[in-house]
Amino acid sequence: MIDKNSTTLLSIKNLHASINTTEILNGINLTVKSGEIHAIMGLNGSGKSTLAKVLAGHSAYEVTAGTIEFEGKDLLALPPEERARAGLFLGFQYPIEIPGVANTQFLRLAYNTIQAQRGKDELDPLEFDDFVREKMKLLDMKPDFLDRSVNEGFSGGEKKRNEILQMALLEPKLSILDETDSGLDIDALKIVANGVNQIAHKDNAIILVTHYQRLLDHIVPDFVHVMQAGRIVMTGDKKLAMELETRGYDWINADQRLATGVNA
Amino acid sequence: MSNSVTNSNDYLQYLLKSWSAKSASELTGLNQLRASAIDSVGTQKLPNKHDEEWRFTDISPLTRLTYPPSQQQSRLQFSDIDKFCLQNTTNRLVFVDNHYSPDLSNVADSQIQILGNLHSLMSSHASTIESHLGHYAKFDHDIFTALNTAFLHDSALIIVPAKTCITEPIHLLFIASQQEVSSYPRSLVVSGPDSKVTLIEDYVSINQSSYITNTVTEIRLAAHAQVEHIRVQRDSKQAHHLANCAVSLADSSQYQSICVSLGARISRYNLEVQLTGENSNCTIDGLTLISGQQLSDTHTSIDHVKPNCTSRQQHKCIVDGTAHAVFNGKIKVRPQAQQTNSSQSSRNLLLSNTAKVDTKPQLEIFADDVKCAHGATVGQLDSEEIFYLESRGLSKTTARNLLTYAFAADVINRIPVASLKQQLEQIVLNQTQGI
Repeated sequence: MIDKNSTTLLSIKNLHASINTTEILNGINLTVKSGEIHAIMGLNGSGKSTLAKVLAGHSAYEVTAGTIEFEGKDLLALPPEERARAGLFLGFQYPIEIPGVANTQFLRLAYNTIQAQRGKDELDPLEFDDFVREKMKLLDMKPDFLDRSVNEGFSGGEKKRNEILQMALLEPKLSILDETDSGLDIDALKIVANGVNQIAHKDNAIILVTHYQRLLDHIVPDFVHVMQAGRIVMTGDKKLAMELETRGYDWINADQRLATGVNA
Repeated sequence: MSNSVTNSNDYLQYLLKSWSAKSASELTGLNQLRASAIDSVGTQKLPNKHDEEWRFTDISPLTRLTYPPSQQQSRLQFSDIDKFCLQNTTNRLVFVDNHYSPDLSNVADSQIQILGNLHSLMSSHASTIESHLGHYAKFDHDIFTALNTAFLHDSALIIVPAKTCITEPIHLLFIASQQEVSSYPRSLVVSGPDSKVTLIEDYVSINQSSYITNTVTEIRLAAHAQVEHIRVQRDSKQAHHLANCAVSLADSSQYQSICVSLGARISRYNLEVQLTGENSNCTIDGLTLISGQQLSDTHTSIDHVKPNCTSRQQHKCIVDGTAHAVFNGKIKVRPQAQQTNSSQSSRNLLLSNTAKVDTKPQLEIFADDVKCAHGATVGQLDSEEIFYLESRGLSKTTARNLLTYAFAADVINRIPVASLKQQLEQIVLNQTQGI
């Protein structure tokens, strides 16, 4: 929800980033305030996932220009784990499988790390078990999720639910959900969206990175941004997503050309 | 080269001189065994890198370590060894510098005469001992087995009667307390028909000193016997550890081995399993976890002699620093061993750019109706996995440790003794703490 009095969580200015000297982000500007839900849409290769990974601190990407401030602090100066501890969360498009590590062990380790950072009590395995089972109800997850290895042999839907479970446990201030809807059937999509909606409140913010409008039927964004060639080329409200759904991304191109007076 | 041969000869001459013909026991057979072993030592030489079986492992530093056999001088109290003891394990035989320590040992029911030092079981089991000791680990082609046999003194014995199931694991604890000595631990397990036993063969040290441990273990499984054998080598990082283990399986018996190598500057473990009875089966899991300048070499041989046997093996090495791990896994299927089902996997994780691993599967198949699979991989920690964990707030070190642990987990999880499993989990979780 948009609230004039809310505080700015994220401020991206003129962000340029490249991988192996190929520039992917080409001047991103974006401001996200607490309580807001933003959707970033665009075709494959437009730079959406790169933006998500740069925010989380993936070392393969080099920021060549621009600034990112998170609650007024220089985010780019922090390694990935400190960004997480500061309250930033990335829901992965392809969650990593870690055979040999029980999901519950991983979740508790992550939870306790963040709790310690916030000066709060860590939970022992028994306490954590009660706590996590309560959170799992949000996502309609079976208890055997806890004993299985992290994401190993999980279906696409189970992996994405596991991501949102982590989001629910870590209570981040800003969550970037990278194509959380991809690979989900409609039932799983509803469960995941319902989970996200319950986690969202006035003091946190969410950036949804997605191709399709269908996720936005269930999680209603306050802003929709369209990315193209590493820039945000258009910003609107939820109606923009619907327009994209019916008219396709080519419509943006045509619209852009009109706006800038360039002939194709 | 002549120089090192001279050194090698000098070294063996030195060891020969320290041998005495004095009676080790009332068993005349044992003295004969010792005497023929020392004769065999006289005809052999130390292996060097020109020997195919030792091409990756340079044992020549040993020739500079003329350590005399360890003497009995232990003043260890229970408080000194408490940290090595395992919860819920009441049967424990303790050998300090290879001298049996009855005070530190604990045998739940000494009346049944199932386990103990060689000497204490001599009267009740003389013929069993004579017909098994030295029958599986042959010394005529292995200088270290020959030396161990020549210096045979105290030994851990487990003799499980037919149809007997020993539910609690038996802990064989070999403690090194003296520096610059050689000790020759020896174990013999004879499991009767339809029996079942779990043993933990555990090598530890009181301090980080230099010494040589040269061990031999022999295990015989009668028909339908089941033996679980957990071997943990956590010697001092300055020590040299040379080990031979020979296992012989009769019809329908099952041998399960889990071997964890953590310690020693240079270590070599030879495991030879002979499936000499039909329908027998073995599973062998190995984990080598080394760092610094350690060298750890595991050579295994699984010999399918009879038809319808299965073997499954996985060996994992985790190598950090400038350490060097070696795995050589031979699987032999003899002409009559039809319907053999055998699999072997060697997986290796290098934690630094200077760590090294040599892995060599070696299949020798002479039967035509068999199923044998093998594979080997060498890799590093996956940067995407590390990033995933970091993005959840874990430090790089914690992330690396967790992934290293995950790599080792399927070997460690097979250990059926919870307290030992937890100890090893902690060791692996702290392995890359320095990074």
